[in-house]
Amino acid sequence: MDEILKLLVDDARTPPAQLAVMTGRPEADVRAAIARYEQDGTIVKYRAILNPEKTGEANGLVRAWIEVSITPQRGQGFDAIAARIYQFKEVQSCYLLSGGYDLLLLVECGSLREVGAFVAEKLAAQENVTRTATHFLLKVYKEHGDVLQPTETMPRLPISM
Amino acid sequence: MDTARVHQVNTVVAQLPPSGIRAFFDLVLGMEGVISLGVGEPDFVTPWHVREHAIFALEKGYTSYTSNKGLRELRTQIAAFVERQYGVLYDSEDEILVTVGVSEALDLALRAMLNPGDEVITHDPCYVSYAPIITLAGGVPVLLDTWAAPGFKVTPAQLRAAITPRTRAVLLNYPANPTGASYTRSELEALAAVLIEHDLLLLSDEIYDALSYEAAHVAMPSLPGMRDRTIYLNGFSKGHAMTGFRLGYACGPAPLLAAMTKIHQYTMLCAPIVSQMAGIEALQHGMADVFEMVVEYNQRRRFVVHALNEIGLDCHLPQGAFYVLPSTRRIGMDGLTFATKLLQEQRVAVVPGTAFGAGGTQHVRMAYASSLAHLKEAMTRITRFVRDHT
Repeated sequence: MDEILKLLVDDARTPPAQLAVMTGRPEADVRAAIARYEQDGTIVKYRAILNPEKTGEANGLVRAWIEVSITPQRGQGFDAIAARIYQFKEVQSCYLLSGGYDLLLLVECGSLREVGAFVAEKLAAQENVTRTATHFLLKVYKEHGDVLQPTETMPRLPISM
Repeated sequence: MDTARVHQVNTVVAQLPPSGIRAFFDLVLGMEGVISLGVGEPDFVTPWHVREHAIFALEKGYTSYTSNKGLRELRTQIAAFVERQYGVLYDSEDEILVTVGVSEALDLALRAMLNPGDEVITHDPCYVSYAPIITLAGGVPVLLDTWAAPGFKVTPAQLRAAITPRTRAVLLNYPANPTGASYTRSELEALAAVLIEHDLLLLSDEIYDALSYEAAHVAMPSLPGMRDRTIYLNGFSKGHAMTGFRLGYACGPAPLLAAMTKIHQYTMLCAPIVSQMAGIEALQHGMADVFEMVVEYNQRRRFVVHALNEIGLDCHLPQGAFYVLPSTRRIGMDGLTFATKLLQEQRVAVVPGTAFGAGGTQHVRMAYASSLAHLKEAMTRITRFVRDHT
């Protein structure tokens, strides 16, 4: 992966001038590269990663992973039914996987009841959905490569050789 | 009771000057909110798979001594690494010794080679231990002043001029602490020619080899005619971020390694087995971690050098390691004053250049082995400090 992309993934707010210094490339090149990545969809968008434990939504926001088994449609495979499902605003992520089920959804709702209603009324009610299994999130240890639980690390000596 | 006689220490030890770093360390301790750029070790924690392997080794009961030379599997891995990386072949049976860090390996090499009064040529600035351990081994350090040299590099002419009939060895560290100085192949060949011409032994401390940013590191023993006159020193502390494991090694001609092993077996027995197990994992599966860390160090290096030059602290672009050695001259302050006031006024710890040699009065060492967030905050504070004093 381009070094610029790696740096932006780590901190999307890094200014182009600083990216230029850190990568040893002219600032104009860096700006051009970012514009190209934005244009061709390599960079989809810039967003903040929030720690749900800190945002105050911890008690109000329920996250669940839902396994969904579906019957593929002739000529369209899984894509059409996946599109029907992932357009619900409750669905944050939607993946087609190999293995014992087909789609894996990450769903966010305001309460357990809302997740239940989503599954019963919208998801399981789809014609091609044959089975669902819902797993509620209890605790986040690590997300997007970042460990969210504070861990104790040994402090380094302030001065050493 | 008069304890003067009981408490008398060895004359050589008594005469050794205390480490310049130590005095500054005491000043920093107990201060709150300090951002330290004074740390000579990676800020990365040892990669988890290496730590996990060490834990597994403990669980399996790997708690015994090993062979004095080190675990055969580790020596085999070291031989494979040096061959793969630099094309130099060492026999893992009698040309490789696993030690407690490069520090022990260097101490062993000096003690095994030197007779009283033998001279060892090294560079100044250099790692703080070099002159003291040469002295402790009965040798006489001969320092090549490179404070004003381009890139802080030793030149062949300078080396040649320092050679006397008492010269036994040359101790070279590259990439270097505290300068980040390193050498191209042709520069190393020119130095090697002098060593060969004068039939000298080289102690080549290449612990920072992985942290080379401008060009691929060239190992001294890989140069024609150098393998059999070099003790090649390397370890796991820097590239693999394993300082606390205290694991290093020496590679070299069998007779020299046998002499070093003799001292090692009487003084250290062996490197800790858990560290050796971790070292095996690091060499087998840890090179990708090293590359990742190097990319990040390189970004920080560019950021810090750029920031310091903008602030008005002249700073060359180091070729390797994770240190910069900017000059404080332009802001009219010597290095010790700068470091002391910066700590007191802005709570940023850097190390006065004099800790690394007498010529360092106008320099300070900063390590960029800190997170980018810390480095940014440190540069903001240093900017404020310089503005307040100019």
